[in-house]
Amino acid sequence: MKIKDYLRTDFFPNVWCAGCGNGIVLRSTLEAIKSLEIPKDEIAMVSGIGCSSRATGYVDFHTIHSLHGRAIPVAIGVRAAKPNMKVLVITGDGDCSSIGGNHLIHAARRNIDLTVIVFNNEIYGMTGGQVSPTTPYAARTTTTPLGNPEKSFDICSLVMGAGATFVARGTVFHVHQLIKFIKEAINHKGFSLIDVVTPCPVYYGRMNRYEDGITMIKEIKEKAVTVEKARSLSENELEGKTVIGLLKKEEKDEFLQSYLSFYNTKKEASDGTAV
Amino acid sequence: MRRLVQGNEACAQAAIKAGLSFFAGYPITPSSEIAEVISRYLPYKRGIFMQMEDEIASINAIIGAALAGARVMTATSGPGFSLMQEGIGYAVMVEAPIVLVNIQRGGPSTGLPTEVSQGDLMQSRWGSHGDFLCIVLSPSSVQEMYELTYEAFNLAKRFRAPVIVLSDEVVGHLREGVDFDNISLSPIVERLKPEVPPGSYYPFEPSFNGVPPLPEYGTGYRFHVTGLFHNYKGFPTSDKKEISNLMDRLQNKIKHHIKEFFKLEEYQTEDADILFVSYGITARSALEAVNILRRQGIKAGNLKLITLNPIDEEVISSILENREMIFVAELNMGQLVLDIKRLGCKNSIYAINRYDGDILTPQQLVDEVRKRIQVGAGN
Repeated sequence: MKIKDYLRTDFFPNVWCAGCGNGIVLRSTLEAIKSLEIPKDEIAMVSGIGCSSRATGYVDFHTIHSLHGRAIPVAIGVRAAKPNMKVLVITGDGDCSSIGGNHLIHAARRNIDLTVIVFNNEIYGMTGGQVSPTTPYAARTTTTPLGNPEKSFDICSLVMGAGATFVARGTVFHVHQLIKFIKEAINHKGFSLIDVVTPCPVYYGRMNRYEDGITMIKEIKEKAVTVEKARSLSENELEGKTVIGLLKKEEKDEFLQSYLSFYNTKKEASDGTAV
Repeated sequence: MRRLVQGNEACAQAAIKAGLSFFAGYPITPSSEIAEVISRYLPYKRGIFMQMEDEIASINAIIGAALAGARVMTATSGPGFSLMQEGIGYAVMVEAPIVLVNIQRGGPSTGLPTEVSQGDLMQSRWGSHGDFLCIVLSPSSVQEMYELTYEAFNLAKRFRAPVIVLSDEVVGHLREGVDFDNISLSPIVERLKPEVPPGSYYPFEPSFNGVPPLPEYGTGYRFHVTGLFHNYKGFPTSDKKEISNLMDRLQNKIKHHIKEFFKLEEYQTEDADILFVSYGITARSALEAVNILRRQGIKAGNLKLITLNPIDEEVISSILENREMIFVAELNMGQLVLDIKRLGCKNSIYAINRYDGDILTPQQLVDEVRKRIQVGAGN
């Protein structure tokens, strides 16, 4: 299989702007799937709303472009209907941590077997560059023209606290590492999330005086600190840095496994067929 | 065997009988018993029950499961129904066969959680944004709750569309003897499967009466769905012709086949000068009111609507014809009456409304009729 075999090229050209990192994240996802040799028919990919979420249209799996924030519950439904299918969620920072925040934490809590890939560009791109929960403090957006007064969200910490069993952060610069994380996440039994730092040159870049996508990716590279190195750095030294790497991995019972094992050990109630 | 069964339990059992394989819901009075009964029985039928984090998650989870191949349902009441509105529109757009039960309680807002209302009729027709159409069914007894919930699954698959069972707190909590062995149910309708190989299948290309087949996931047919306007391939479009074609088809696939599913029940209407129009629990009071009025020498009758949306306007108009007075009884501030006034404009049409959390009693309906007759005689 070639990467092209995973694409619906008749749905091209894509909607993404020049310099956007979304294509890199999607390519990395497809590389991971390709190297795992999972048949296309055994993969479902669900997305919400936003620039990132358009990705599902371009790939030849069972794909759902759902509502804003609702990719995770839709994906849970798919998994309940097809427990053996690999279900991936493509989402953005606003989609999953703002409007879909409730679903994110509860999916993590249940440790339901989904692989969530967050295209984190720290801004609402599709609607024209408004502030998102992951926009850095003081950054300018179209709704924080004088700088963002809010503290930003760390999606990885959020889902680790909620009970996710595989959590990693990658960037569109560290592509080989990103592919490795996505592969591991897909193979992981339980809720996995990869927070991928990716640039939005058109909105975030323009509002914050970055020349182009390349400049932004260079800065993503410079800001990145491995999780191993971060352990030896003080809080002050970590200020403004992005900790990348495998943040959490543990084996715990997965939701559907637990559900089925609860009932498989018990007998049907005597009145179970009463009607 | 006759059994004493609660309306909500009958709803749950009907869903299981219809082959329910995934239920997602969130606790809310007065619908919670549906989830409770399903959580108890469904696992033994190899189905999955999930209590979600909210109603938004519930409707979206059943949409995902429906697209993948499951037979799905959720149940809720007023506030939860409001939260599900966006999901209903999405289900219409991606043509997901889902069943949604709304056990109506008093509203707006938190309203009257434990008391009855029929205030969500218009919301079930128009609640989601944009023009959309879904079938709405209204049971007035425990047995009908069983029959219509079962039927809702067949209609959802037949039309590849959401179907709403719009019941109310009284029917939901009512306990009645039901002889389940003697209920005749139509066979389970299977979702339409493609007759073409995967390469030539398109998820929004209608092959049968405007309804596109919907293959299960994992069977070789991979397709894309989106809430955006889309072409027959499922890809977003802004082509004006494709948009209007889609809008027309989503309505017509149901409207053009209304005769297949539209249901009403007439009681003593043949010679009736006075006609009640009612649905749900209010129809039960109207039947008794007809009996009382008949004993008093007044020729009364009742038209009970079972399908509340879409309605067969021709059929209803013909029943409304040549009546002296028509009384539309409902537990809201006047919703179905708007249709009846439109369809029976030459008649004297009166609304009988109650919206304090109690039902309209037969005596109240009788009193309203007698009051109007006296006013008429006084003139």
